[in-house]
Amino acid sequence: MSRPTPLRGVHEALGATLTDFAGWLMPLRYGSESAEHNAVRQAAGLFDLSHMGEIFVTGPQAAEALDYALVGYVSALEPGRARYTMIVNAEGGVLDDLIVYRLAPEEFMVVANASNYPMVAAQLTERAKAFDAVVDDRSDRYALIAVQGPRSQEILATLTDADLGGLKYYAGLPATVSGRPALIARTGYTGEDGFELFVDGADAEPLWAALTEAGEPYGLRPAGLSARDTLRLEAGMPLYGNELSAALTPFDAGLGRVVRFDKPGDFVGRAALEPLKDVPPSRRLVGLVATGRRVPRHGYPVVDAGGAVVGEVTSGAPSQSLGRPIAMAYVDNGPAEGLAVDIRGSHEPVEVVDLPFYRRNK
Amino acid sequence: MSSIPEELNYTKEHEWVAGLDDGLTLTVGITAYAAEALGDVVYVQVPEVGASVSAGDAVGEVESTKSVSDIYAPVGGEIVEVNSAVVDDPSLVNGDPYGEGWLFRVRLEGDADDLLSAEEYAALTSGES
Repeated sequence: MSRPTPLRGVHEALGATLTDFAGWLMPLRYGSESAEHNAVRQAAGLFDLSHMGEIFVTGPQAAEALDYALVGYVSALEPGRARYTMIVNAEGGVLDDLIVYRLAPEEFMVVANASNYPMVAAQLTERAKAFDAVVDDRSDRYALIAVQGPRSQEILATLTDADLGGLKYYAGLPATVSGRPALIARTGYTGEDGFELFVDGADAEPLWAALTEAGEPYGLRPAGLSARDTLRLEAGMPLYGNELSAALTPFDAGLGRVVRFDKPGDFVGRAALEPLKDVPPSRRLVGLVATGRRVPRHGYPVVDAGGAVVGEVTSGAPSQSLGRPIAMAYVDNGPAEGLAVDIRGSHEPVEVVDLPFYRRNK
Repeated sequence: MSSIPEELNYTKEHEWVAGLDDGLTLTVGITAYAAEALGDVVYVQVPEVGASVSAGDAVGEVESTKSVSDIYAPVGGEIVEVNSAVVDDPSLVNGDPYGEGWLFRVRLEGDADDLLSAEEYAALTSGES
């Protein structure tokens, strides 16, 4: 039985197609997912992301505890700022990718994926034991609503006095939105400018309604997980379970930059990861653009000109922005020419391209 | 609730079949229920004209943002026409599944006894939704 978010009634009233995602009953799409995708690229989209986890770490040694527990240099973060980071196991395998917000000098919020946050909370609790810090999983209390797209700031500005123009990318500030308390973060998973609002679950419905009304003149529309997936794929952003897993290190995923060996002290995974930092991996995560119209999908083999398997697709979808199917794949080092994806027995040619597939005009 | 036109026949694989009462050439497409379940259709592969098919054969595929599904021959016979418009514009499957979104025509050989009535198909889909 999937868990509903506080916005379930809203999704049902909108006629959403609901789907189970990581144990949650989530909106897959409200109408056409292509229209939702395009609305986010051209105007704005409204997302329910209440399935994400919010884990608070507080106390005099909260920063040191997170420096030890995560690969990032959390203690160097200024209050009000956020960082993309990861939690790895002792072998360096990725347990989850995270965003850490420093809300105050001794207060941090760790945002984890729906499928992983109970494990992340347990790991943080274990790893923080030797520190003067308290780990508190508040995921059940929070709803998360995202407004994403080029018109996001104009829409949100009609509902808050907060200084949105002064809010940098990967920063957050406590504010009031439509009369209700919200942590406004300038973050997202779409490749567009946008905001994520962390709010009390009881405030989710009225805030959704206020945003819907405020966004109407700007072309805002509700957008489901299907659009979220194609948007993040175009933006070249990894999805845990697809591009990231415990079998891969951050270096394997081409994200070695998030591992901060320059921070003080030991951290979980340091001993395993340190020897890997200058070793070029034998395969790398690449972008693929299909020549034809069939879509390479998760798990499909990548083959070379001779038909030998040289990699595997991690995510794939038709791209609205490119007009062709795109995919991310782990591919062995070797010639990039002549590659194809085995799509149910037929070798469909692909071009290897740099990620991301899509970059917004700033 | 998606529409299930009374005058058509259906299959368990969520295809519709038109023309059973009139003659031997049947038109085949996917139902509104299937189109809604798939989401935006982005690619349609139809069978070759002239191909000889048996009931239940996979003869093509319909691909949406999130998934790909086979198209099956609802009856045995020869493929006599395919809808090139839907190959060029797969969104016709979503926009007009029972009309412009038709997929192919097959000249019936043998029987069509396994097809469902509209009432039977409605019962099938209400059980699934």
